[in-house]
Formats: sequence, structure tokens, C-alpha cells
Amino acid sequence: MLKDITLGQFFPGDTVVHRLDPRSKLIVMIMYITGLFMAKGFPAYGFMFAVLVTCLAISKIKPAAVLRGLRPILIIICLTVLLNIFFIRGETVLFQYYSIVITLEGVYTAIFMAMRLIMLIVCTFLLTYTTSPITLTDGLERMLSPLKKIKLPVHEFSMMMSIALRMIPTLIEETDKIMSAQKSRGADFETGGLIKRAKAILPLIIPLFISAFRRADELATAMESRCYHGGDGRTKLNVLRFSGIDFAAFLFGACVIAAVIFLGRFAV
Amino acid sequence: MSLIKTEKLSHIYSIGTPFERVAVNNIDFEINKGEFLGIIGATGSGKSTFIQHLNGLLKPTEGSVFYDGTDIHSTKQYTRDIRFKVGLVFQYPEYQLFESTVFDDIAFGPKNMKLSEPDVRERVYEAAGFAGLDESLLSKSPFGLSGGEKRRAAIAGVIAMRPDVLILDEPTAGLDPGGQAEIIRNIVNYKTSHNATVILVTHNMEEIARNVDRILLINRGSIVMDDTPARVFSESSRLTELGLAAPKAALLAERLRVLGLDAGQGIYTTEQLRKALCEIKGLQGGNAHA
Ligand SMILES: Nc1ncnc2c1ncn2[C@@H]1O[C@H](COP(=O)(O)OP(=O)(O)OP(=O)(O)O)[C@@H](O)[C@H]1O
Ligand SMILES: [Mg+2]
Repeated sequence: MLKDITLGQFFPGDTVVHRLDPRSKLIVMIMYITGLFMAKGFPAYGFMFAVLVTCLAISKIKPAAVLRGLRPILIIICLTVLLNIFFIRGETVLFQYYSIVITLEGVYTAIFMAMRLIMLIVCTFLLTYTTSPITLTDGLERMLSPLKKIKLPVHEFSMMMSIALRMIPTLIEETDKIMSAQKSRGADFETGGLIKRAKAILPLIIPLFISAFRRADELATAMESRCYHGGDGRTKLNVLRFSGIDFAAFLFGACVIAAVIFLGRFAV
Repeated sequence: MSLIKTEKLSHIYSIGTPFERVAVNNIDFEINKGEFLGIIGATGSGKSTFIQHLNGLLKPTEGSVFYDGTDIHSTKQYTRDIRFKVGLVFQYPEYQLFESTVFDDIAFGPKNMKLSEPDVRERVYEAAGFAGLDESLLSKSPFGLSGGEKRRAAIAGVIAMRPDVLILDEPTAGLDPGGQAEIIRNIVNYKTSHNATVILVTHNMEEIARNVDRILLINRGSIVMDDTPARVFSESSRLTELGLAAPKAALLAERLRVLGLDAGQGIYTTEQLRKALCEIKGLQGGNAHA
């Protein structure tokens, strides 16, 4: 069912990772991704993998939740692997059949690319699973606030983002409801070929748009009637502050990058 | 043989996540053809989840649902056939209209049944009649109707399939008293004219008291009572405990009994209470008059 899409879902908890300032989580995530792109060879990749698994364990995210989140991008991963295996031509030929050539270099690249993709996605899960969308956009707004000096509408941007994030589950729920209504009157989303299924989806889209517009309208009215007028002079209920664990996290991120550079020397 | 039957039916939402929630817990249930069943239970007790199993919309986490002795999920085709036989009107169905005109929306079910154009038309008009929907509204967009009219259009959309079993999830919630009574009247009309089986979920005890011949009381996903209205409503303290209340007439009869005026057992509708009180008055005053 649609509900199983967990991309961007927040699992409340009370671990160190949950308590980190959203800004430090974002920064450490960027550091980790940088490390990921600098990694060379199995030792470095293995290390990055171990770091990720440790972080997941610390934040008490269940492996099942991670796997469920990866399912939608499975096709992309498979495609990447296939493309790399068949199109990278290296020195050591493993297999040849007319013009199809598989080389050792190709296989290696495919493995690394797949690992990099998976770790990239999973490390963003670490952020979105442990940070509520509200705190996340709050963090983003604070991080981007210097840009206000050059007249960029940072507050409006982050408000738009938090509304968008907030609406994803609502829209999924709405889709589910309309699908249920159509199914219980004999609509058939499950059998038939691709074209038939695509056609069955069509009557879903119109009511979904209508309800999205209706909700946007209602939300705007609700915001206006509570005197929302943009970011000027607005204060926060919970002001973000860095604490000891945030500095520890930065240190951790720096160590990871250093270790990756060091381990890259052992690449074969 | 029973028409619909569930065996050890359980449903768990978001299984395997921190939001896991048992909504239906091990329900064994049977309903026979022609019965009028009422389902009551506090908010969040699992009524809506339970009835969505009866037309195969939700798949049981555990246990099975049978229609006419065959498992609803035995084949995809059978599941789909069941959807036409067991019509389900959702809670707040007005948010689920989706076609560009009311006519098309009501015609959605019959069209999926692959009926001919004239048959579809006939069913739409018949269903609009049963649901008490004015024919002039059929050409309008469903989004331009009032809440009550939308509700009727949604009920018509299900009745248009001429289901053998009609399940309605709080069909009268949020309507004015006149509208509520009319919708119930329409449902009763459909039941008698098609000899249908009806399952009515509601928080309105008067509605239940006046119409159904059996009550299912669900609490925290399990059946706590499955009995005649007379017996269910006689346990008013139990009902209060479960966040419900017996109909006003039953409560009044009980209060009168405490005050020393015993109108008799098993009273739960206004009519019964009036009759009983008239009888008592007749006995005391010697001459009863209407
Ligand atoms: N789609 C869903 N995902 C997760 N949990 C759900 C979902 N739908 C319902 N629940 C939960 O399952 C439980 C039973 O819900 P259900 O809607 O069946 O109750 P109900 O008896 O119909 O209540 P009401 O009288 O308010 O309509 C509730 O605790 C609810 O929070
Ligand atoms: Mg309900």
C-alpha cells in the first residue's frame, strides 16, 4: 500500500542522535557525504559502512525501516549496477561473449557505486528518521539566515518547505482514501497490464488536485486568521542552541573524513 | 449458512514500526441474510477497520473472511466480485466523490460492473431515488453540493451497484435531525425492497434502537457484546463504562424504576416507553386514553 512509503518519515525517540541540534545533524551529514565521495577502495568503504551501521544502531532505527525505505530506489540501484558492469571497459576481462565484455574494473566500480548510493540514501534516512520535519526546517532556516542580508526570502522558503513536508502524509492519506472509495466500487488497481493500471490511476489525480487546492486555501485562511504575516519580527518558541554533544558530533565528522583519507591509501 | 463470516480476524496497522497498533483483535463473527445489524463502540475502537474487511478492502493481518462460504481473498477476481455484492459507504464519504458530475460519480460502480449504457442510467436514477437525492442535482459537480447532499450522492453511488449487503459507516454523523431520519428511512426502504442485509455503524443510539434487530458492541478491537438491542441496552452501567450510553428511553425507564415506577424490562425506544407508561396510567386511572 501507499502507506509503506517511508521516505522522509519521522520516528520519535530519545537517543543522542535525536537530541542533536538539527543544524549539527545537517552539517555532519554533509561531512559524511563528503567522506563518502572521497572514499577509495574496500577499506575506506568498509569503514564508512561501519560508521553508518553504528549510527543507525545508536539512534535505534530498526533495520526493517531502513530496508523499507530503500525499496522505492531499488530499481535505480539495479540500473546503476548493470550500466557499470556492462559499460566500463577495463584491463582484466572476466567474461566475453561477442560484444558483451565484463571486466574486473567494471565489477568493482559497480559495487562501489551501489554502496555509495545506498549509503548516501541511508545517511539521509538517519537525518529524516530522527528529526521532525518542523525542527529540520527550523534548522535550515537558521543555517541559511545569513542569506537574508542579500534579501533572499529565507523564512518564506523554509515555511514553504515545512508546509510541503507536513502535507506529504496528508496527501498520501487522501490518495489512500479516494483509492479505497474507488476500489470498493469496483475500480481495479491491481490486475491488468501497465497501461490498464495507469488508466485506473487517472481518475485519482483530479480529486487529489482539487483536495490539495482546497487544503491550501483552508491553511492560508487559518494562517491569516492567526495573523501570520511572514518572517519579520517573528520570534521562536524553541531557540536552537549548540551544546556539548553538537561539538562532539562535529569532531566525529572531522575524524570520519580524516580516517577515510587515510584508509584511501590502502586501496588496491 | 451464514452470508458473511470472519474467523479469528485481526488487523494490525503499521506492523513492524513504532506506530504499530492492533485495531481489530481476534474477531469471530457471522451474519445471516436479511439481518439488520448495528455496530456500536467508542471512538477508535476499530469499527471502521472491522467493516473494511467485510468487502475485502483491508486484508486481515491474521484470520480470514468468508462470503457465502468462500474466502474473500481466494482469488483477485472473487475479491472484486465481492465489492459489488457488499456495498460499503465510508465514514464521511463526501470527501471521496471524485467524478466531474454527480451522475458520473453514481455511475462509477455500475460502469465497473460492465453494464450497458441504459442499464447504468436506470440504476443511477433508481439509486438517486433511494438516497433521496434530487434529480436536478445529477448534472452538477459533486464539489458544488452541500454536505448532506454529498452524503446522499455517496450513498447513491454504492446503492447503484444493488449490493446484497449494505454497510454504512456513520451515515448520519453531522447532519440535521430531519436529514438523519430521512437517510435512515431511505436505508430501511432499500433493505425491504431488495431484501438486503444491512450493517449500520453509528454513535446514535436512538437510531440503532429503532431499527436494528441485533447489536455488536466493539471495544478495543474485540467484540464485547453480540445480542438483541433489548439485552444490550439493559446493561446501561456496562455501556457507560465503555464510553457509550443506552438510548434516552432506556435511561428514563431505568430512572423511573429507581423512583418506584416500574415500566417493565427491555424498554429502549420512545414508543415502547410511551406504551408502557400509558398502560400503567390505564391501570391506575382506570381509563386509558390515547
Ligand atoms: N490508516 C491507519 N493507520 C494507522 N492506524 C489507524 C489507521 N486507521 C485507524 N487506525 C487506528 O486504529 C484504531 C481503530 O480505528 P477505527 O477507525 O477502526 O476506529 P472507529 O471505531 O471507526 O472509530 P470512530 O468511531 O472514531 O470512527 C484507532 O486507534 C486508529 O488510531
Ligand atoms: Mg470509524
